[in-house]
Amino acid sequence: MQKPALRLQVSHPSDERKPAILAYILRRFAILILSLLIAAVVLFVLLRLLPGDPANALLSVGADQQQIEAAREQVGSNLPLHEQFLRFVGSLARFDLGTSFVSGKPVIEEIATRLTVTVPLALLGFVLAVIIAVPLGILSAVKAHRWYGAAISTVSQLGIAIPVFWVGILLVTVFAVNLRLFPSGGYPRRGWQNEGQVLYALALPVLTIGLVMAASLIRYIRSATQDVLGSDYLRTARALGASFPEALIRHGIRNGAVPIVSILGIELATTLLGAVVVERVFALPGLGSMLLLAIEQRDYPNVQGVLFISTLLVLLIGFAADLAQRVIDPRLRERATGAAT
Amino acid sequence: MSAQDLSIDRPARKHSLALSIGLALVGLNVAVALLTLFWTPYDPLNASGGRLEAPSLLHWVGTDRLGRDYLTQIMIGARTALIVGTGAVAIGATIGVTLGILAAFATRLLDDVMAATLDILIAFPTLLLAMLVVAASDSASLWSAILALGLAISAIVARLTRILAKRVLRQDYIVASRTSGTSWPGVVLRHVLPNIWPTLSVNFALQFGLAVIAEASLSYLGLGAPPPNASWGRLLQEAQGTVYTAPVGAIAPGIALVALVIGMNLLADGLRDVGDPTRGRSR
Repeated sequence: MQKPALRLQVSHPSDERKPAILAYILRRFAILILSLLIAAVVLFVLLRLLPGDPANALLSVGADQQQIEAAREQVGSNLPLHEQFLRFVGSLARFDLGTSFVSGKPVIEEIATRLTVTVPLALLGFVLAVIIAVPLGILSAVKAHRWYGAAISTVSQLGIAIPVFWVGILLVTVFAVNLRLFPSGGYPRRGWQNEGQVLYALALPVLTIGLVMAASLIRYIRSATQDVLGSDYLRTARALGASFPEALIRHGIRNGAVPIVSILGIELATTLLGAVVVERVFALPGLGSMLLLAIEQRDYPNVQGVLFISTLLVLLIGFAADLAQRVIDPRLRERATGAAT
Repeated sequence: MSAQDLSIDRPARKHSLALSIGLALVGLNVAVALLTLFWTPYDPLNASGGRLEAPSLLHWVGTDRLGRDYLTQIMIGARTALIVGTGAVAIGATIGVTLGILAAFATRLLDDVMAATLDILIAFPTLLLAMLVVAASDSASLWSAILALGLAISAIVARLTRILAKRVLRQDYIVASRTSGTSWPGVVLRHVLPNIWPTLSVNFALQFGLAVIAEASLSYLGLGAPPPNASWGRLLQEAQGTVYTAPVGAIAPGIALVALVIGMNLLADGLRDVGDPTRGRSR
């Protein structure tokens, strides 16, 4: 049987097997936990590769041997590696990310504060991108032979060749320098206690993320729409008397959405982490700038904490996207229960 | 079903045009990079005019806040970008193709483990990985950035190679070749690599562009090659501070960067058609 070419090339390790839906969730959850463990190993190894003993951060210049030993005792760098690793995984599991060498505050608190900047930034940018990309992507596929269809796909090609920070700088040049509409950077000291100011400060960063992400989304949505347009089921629906918009809405959107959901998951995750650069452009005190500062100051607990939390978020988003895909596509569900051939 | 491309493509007749424009843009970049080895308009390290001069006949793109000629620095940036792109793709291709071929031959279990690990590595964003590797090396240098980007690319290349190689290994002519006495390494050299090369080379061109963007981002964040190596990313970072008085400096290096990346992407599009005879026939 010929399969309609609905799916983009998104690898899906469980496609070939047929577990029940619950078994699928469990299996996918096991993969999530396994991925977290692998991430913990990678993190552990990478952090041991960083130059210098982490205990150095606690010491002043000219510390004697006794002080060095005490500091190593405190951060645990005197233990054998496998014990260090077990302690590391144990504390990660308890969300105990230690305290910052520099500020002395619990890492998790600092991360929580920073997330109030990064999460709204990423989410608003994501929503804006979807709002821009869905209509334009569909339009550019349906009207591929009109000039604006071609123009949309050409501009979206441009979008993937532009570094996100340069888009930010260009927007600053236009909207902050020339038009003086928005600030070129900065963030209100009191944060979300003053919502208006926060939204004002986030306007250009959100626009930056939204535009860049929309460019790559348009290409996927265009491609998925083209597949739907060329499909047998749409032709059948039309032959049975459905009007073109009706057929597209009843059959096209759901079918086209399947590959897009996993793309959306990847894009959201990328944005969350790509926010590092955008935060730098607009001097926003988010998770990314925390990581950069921590790397500069060799503040290991902070580096480790940010990386762990961001990896966790990325993996959770991937998990959610995979489950959502099952819910949208009945064929995947049926295959999962073994009912379909 | 019609043999419609799943990939994002433009109509067929534009493809030779894509290849020509791509070659022209990349060729221009290579030419400029080679030229800087012998000649630059001004001394890249010392002031050659007033500070933050606007573009003029003497300084086509103006000068930076130390009075150095922007055009000179952008030209040297072209060299840096080429070195980074080439180096990262070379590292990524060597490690990635080797791992991918090995995975294609591995037992089911080992193959599954490798595939899952690669998926996780790919999910981990290139930029974060690069930031870590650069931070882990004693001082930020061009080579630590290249190494980091090369490692990130190798995971992507390995996954692609594995899938492509497995597809080739299932073919009848592999059985025929084995029966007639060709060793496995011989099969890889004579059948697998030539067959997967067209698709791989397209991917290399795309990864080249991504590596150039990633290096610019690293330099922008202050984790790239230290001065005096000019990098488009650092030029943009420095120019951002003076964007109110001299906006040209914050625009010109970006245009150079985008031109190179688009050139590479167009080249990839063009290669896709030239390199794959089956595609040509279906049209």
